[in-house]
Amino acid sequence: MAGPHGPLVSDVDGAIPGRGVTVVIGPSGAGKSTLLRLCNRLDAPSAGRVLFRGDDVATLDPLLLRRRVGMVFQKPTPFAGTVRDNLHVAEPELDDTDAKAVLERVDLTGAFLDRPATELSGGEAQRVCLARTLVTEPEVLVMDEPTSSLDPRATHVLETLTRSLVADGVPIVWVSHDLGQMRRIAEHVTVMSVGRIVQQCPLHDLDRAAAPEVVAFLRDPGQDDDDER
Amino acid sequence: MNGDIGWSGLATSLVLVVVAIGLSFWRRLDLERSIAWASVRAVVQLVAIGGVLQILFESNQSLGWSWLWVIVMVLFAAETVRRRAREVPDLFPLALAAFAAAGAVSLGVLFGLGVFDLNARTLIPLAGMMIGNSMTATILLARRLFEELRDKRAEVEARLALGQVSSEAARPYVRHALRTALIPQIETTKAVGLVFLPGAMTGLILAGVDPIDAVRVQAAVMFLVLGSAATTTVVVALGVQRRLFTRDHRMVRMERTARD
Repeated sequence: MAGPHGPLVSDVDGAIPGRGVTVVIGPSGAGKSTLLRLCNRLDAPSAGRVLFRGDDVATLDPLLLRRRVGMVFQKPTPFAGTVRDNLHVAEPELDDTDAKAVLERVDLTGAFLDRPATELSGGEAQRVCLARTLVTEPEVLVMDEPTSSLDPRATHVLETLTRSLVADGVPIVWVSHDLGQMRRIAEHVTVMSVGRIVQQCPLHDLDRAAAPEVVAFLRDPGQDDDDER
Repeated sequence: MNGDIGWSGLATSLVLVVVAIGLSFWRRLDLERSIAWASVRAVVQLVAIGGVLQILFESNQSLGWSWLWVIVMVLFAAETVRRRAREVPDLFPLALAAFAAAGAVSLGVLFGLGVFDLNARTLIPLAGMMIGNSMTATILLARRLFEELRDKRAEVEARLALGQVSSEAARPYVRHALRTALIPQIETTKAVGLVFLPGAMTGLILAGVDPIDAVRVQAAVMFLVLGSAATTTVVVALGVQRRLFTRDHRMVRMERTARD
């Protein structure tokens, strides 16, 4: 995967389990966001392959793939219009009963349907974005530091929501640079550093079997900012 | 009264340029040289154009030379659009296609349906009005659309991530940019006669044509401008949109470039 200044990620070799919450962790610039964008083909690799349930994503219809691999972005991206309008972007035929049901899944009430989406708080907007993605009934959710612009309360709400989504059978890939968050939500961990995957293991094995770079990162995650891309 | 001012009249009108230079000097605007240079250029360019037009009109030259002139104007306009919206990649061929399309539509209607007789005296000024006026809207559109899609990239990608095709994901932003580019033209069309007397009509009246005759020509010219501005902006919008997305509905990287 090449950027304007050389590869953003390279020698990425790994597999993400199709169940539970996998946290992709690593410092800024490690290529975590790029890895996610390769999964739903918002970016295409300049070399190598990305497989989804055994199929090379380059051979799949990108529009269908993106509905199967639902993405929630780092900053909430509410579209102009009401919350209902936002949900209709994902599914124009969605009726109000289904719209209310999907809002309930993200812990919002049906009263939100008529609210202007761009006037919601950060946490509410991010949950609307999650609901919008759930409308497409994704097989997997990939979430790119979804709490990085949220306050602790809203972060807690979103982290709790992931538990119920996983219980519904939707595996989640969650990018984070926050070790505390990783320990709260992860079942599996993928550690990235300077464009490579350096370790993949269940969370409880992380401290036991850590590679040297991982030990260094776990000891000192460093000064991190959100602006990875 | 006849509007012919003669060379002495032109020379006298230069007093107004001197006034502008004087004001610039008085208020230390440091624009004296620019004003003088602009005025000299205007006179030289206009005299040169006038001379060529006179030859074309009087010598019963074939219409081919006039068409050649139109082609040169289109090339020049496309280059101007490219230069004024430098951040938009590969804009020149796009602008060229846009002016060609607008020319085919608007001149096709005006001459094809017999609104004007086709000759050098009508072709060159009408093509000039069409190109000159739609150029501004085209530049505005290209810049606006590029900025809009670059600044709203996260929103556009969120739409793509929901499975929208790129043209659908870009639609709200394309629509906004097109409206922004065309509304000034529509406002001008609305205000005409009330707020200002447009150039073509003013010129005709000064040259001694009856006001009602001048108005008819002016109205046709305004519709020409409106139709061609709508055509050029839509063609460029579709083209820019195509350039910014790949076939598999990904958005290409848009680097921030210094604006000159």
